[in-house]
Amino acid sequence: MKNRKLTTLAAMTAIAPFALTACGGGGGSATASGDVDTLTVVDYYNNEPDKTLVQEAIDRCATELSVTIERETVPGKDLIQKVLQRASSKTLPDVLMLDNPDVQEIAATGGLSPLSQYDVDTSGFAQGMLEAATYEGEVYGLAPTANTLGIFYNPELLEAAGVEPPQTWDELKAAAEQLTEGDQYGIAFSAIATYEGSWQFLPFMWSNGGEETDLTSPEVAEALALWKDLVSSGSASEAVINWSQADVKDQFVAGKAAMMVNGPWQIPALQENPDVQFASVQIPVNEDGQTSIAPLGGEVWTVPVTGDDAKQAKAAEFVECMSNDENQLALAEARYTVPTKTALAEEFVANVPEMESFTEQVANARSRTGQLGEEWPEAATTIYTAIQLALTGKAEPAEAFEQASAG
Amino acid sequence: MTQTELTTTAAASAAEAPPPVRARRRFSRENVTRLLFVAPAALYLVLFFGYPVVKNITMSLQDYTTKTFFTGEAPWVGFANYQAVLSSNLFWPSMTNTALFTIGSIAGQFIIGLALACFFKRRFPLSNFLRSMLLLPWLLPLIVSSATWRSILEQDSGILNQFLGTFGIEPVPWLTSPAVALIAVVLVNIWVGIPFNVTILYGGLQDIPDELYEAGALDGATGWKAFRHITLPNLKPVISVVLVLGVVYTIKVLDIILGLTNGGPANATQTLSIRSYQESFINFEFGVGAAFSNILILISLVFAVIYLRANRRAVDE
Repeated sequence: MKNRKLTTLAAMTAIAPFALTACGGGGGSATASGDVDTLTVVDYYNNEPDKTLVQEAIDRCATELSVTIERETVPGKDLIQKVLQRASSKTLPDVLMLDNPDVQEIAATGGLSPLSQYDVDTSGFAQGMLEAATYEGEVYGLAPTANTLGIFYNPELLEAAGVEPPQTWDELKAAAEQLTEGDQYGIAFSAIATYEGSWQFLPFMWSNGGEETDLTSPEVAEALALWKDLVSSGSASEAVINWSQADVKDQFVAGKAAMMVNGPWQIPALQENPDVQFASVQIPVNEDGQTSIAPLGGEVWTVPVTGDDAKQAKAAEFVECMSNDENQLALAEARYTVPTKTALAEEFVANVPEMESFTEQVANARSRTGQLGEEWPEAATTIYTAIQLALTGKAEPAEAFEQASAG
Repeated sequence: MTQTELTTTAAASAAEAPPPVRARRRFSRENVTRLLFVAPAALYLVLFFGYPVVKNITMSLQDYTTKTFFTGEAPWVGFANYQAVLSSNLFWPSMTNTALFTIGSIAGQFIIGLALACFFKRRFPLSNFLRSMLLLPWLLPLIVSSATWRSILEQDSGILNQFLGTFGIEPVPWLTSPAVALIAVVLVNIWVGIPFNVTILYGGLQDIPDELYEAGALDGATGWKAFRHITLPNLKPVISVVLVLGVVYTIKVLDIILGLTNGGPANATQTLSIRSYQESFINFEFGVGAAFSNILILISLVFAVIYLRANRRAVDE
């Protein structure tokens, strides 16, 4: 008898883990009827102030659609892993925010539903942002706001040195050299061995006519030669190859760089230091007459395929609401980003004059995945590898891309 | 005498061996009990070690990408992923880097660890306190230590170069020169690994009886001689355990390198684990990433076998 008890106990212990996991997996089943009163949302605005600012927009849409929103925020670098996990366990949220270069990759898996299914109006949005969210002719998401890159400069330092904000590469080189003295470098940028480094390089490459589809072209090499010149002449630190964009901002704030390549999302951090003077211009071009083309940043709200049609339709309404005029302006003004509806630009710049150069830049900005789609990560890896090879002197700018693309 | 001996043996065997019929039943019951004791551990091993290893091996033979998570489809591709790994230009450099990183880290950790362990063998005021302070690197989350070291090693304003500058040494491009970056990463990993080495070796030193040193001293073996002829031979089993475990821990180090250089500058600090991570979680080529990690597991396995054998020998001794 004692024996049987033991066996039963052992059997129960053995089964317990399975029973427990079975309970845990059952939460996401779809109910396809009746009114939708809750939607789940996943985004990566897990830091203040963005978390609260986005929550305000979410709350406005929740009221408008009279639904309750269950929001989950995850750190940016974990988002894709989280999405993949939830995709394989069939527990995708009703509304999913994605960084725009990831949208096509996820759309290609068939995990997102195209917005055309739900009569969502996609007119009036900046072309680049729509391209980023388009896969095989279908738009999969909308971005309320966008960001991009520009040159921040310290007006006091430029004035003291008698330097005008640069508009061409020659002016940039001359200005950076003049502004370099003591432990202050003329310019700082991020050439780190991650996608951040590739993203910072794109405006120089694109403005000069370089294309990610042909990275071994002379136009791309010229852009790399510019970066190489800035570093080897001492106008930029050799440490740029290990700086993230946040590090670049820290250098600028610490007065160790007179200019920097960075985006408007750094403005709140710059404003925290009242001693730091800053203004911004568009990224300089190689020759007069070229247009400054920068990459488009920003997050796209999408509708994953959950199998619950009623909820998906409601989620599409929610996505449309997040990008309406009111939310675009509110989010853009509070978060120093740019509305993606081009018609709002004028009103926006009138309200937030320090965003003028970035708003112009966004109008011409391109998406990273517009041409290559899912192949973009490969090109981005080649770009940052080539930058690293050239800046460390392991390859000439003209050969770096060939060497890097060899894998 | 013989008589008594015989009786005692007989008595003993009678006491030990129960009647044959009962013995069989008890034997089977014992067996069940034994099984029950093994079952939880076996189940745990199968769930948390067996499953991931098998999954990792199958994954490395599949075209496993982001799509797989949505559709569940992962076509078999045979050894194509391994071929991709072996033909990639980064494979051999990352192999070499893994070897250099592991050898450099282990050598540094072990020598400094042994020196510190010997130092703390002497009792002096605050010695216990200082020894526990040595554990600090172990207690810090690696992501915190690597972020801190990254700012310490910063080329222009890092505290290390500022300090070296006071002796008139030019700023060293610790993390920004492909020639120096691997050394810098090894140095940080040595710092991380010292507490482990000190702790284990110190424990080993405590087990060497003082009498040996006293006897050795009478024969004139003091200082360096005592260390060579008494400490080292007696510490040998512990040393082999420390070294082999060290290799297994070091060969797979990821977070420190990710935090310090992310595999850069110009791929100078790419190791097998970095390749595996980047293929899987940056490029989303989970099949190729799994192939890299299987190679890593295989190498670790060799050292794990060495460890098990060394351990068995240590127990035998």
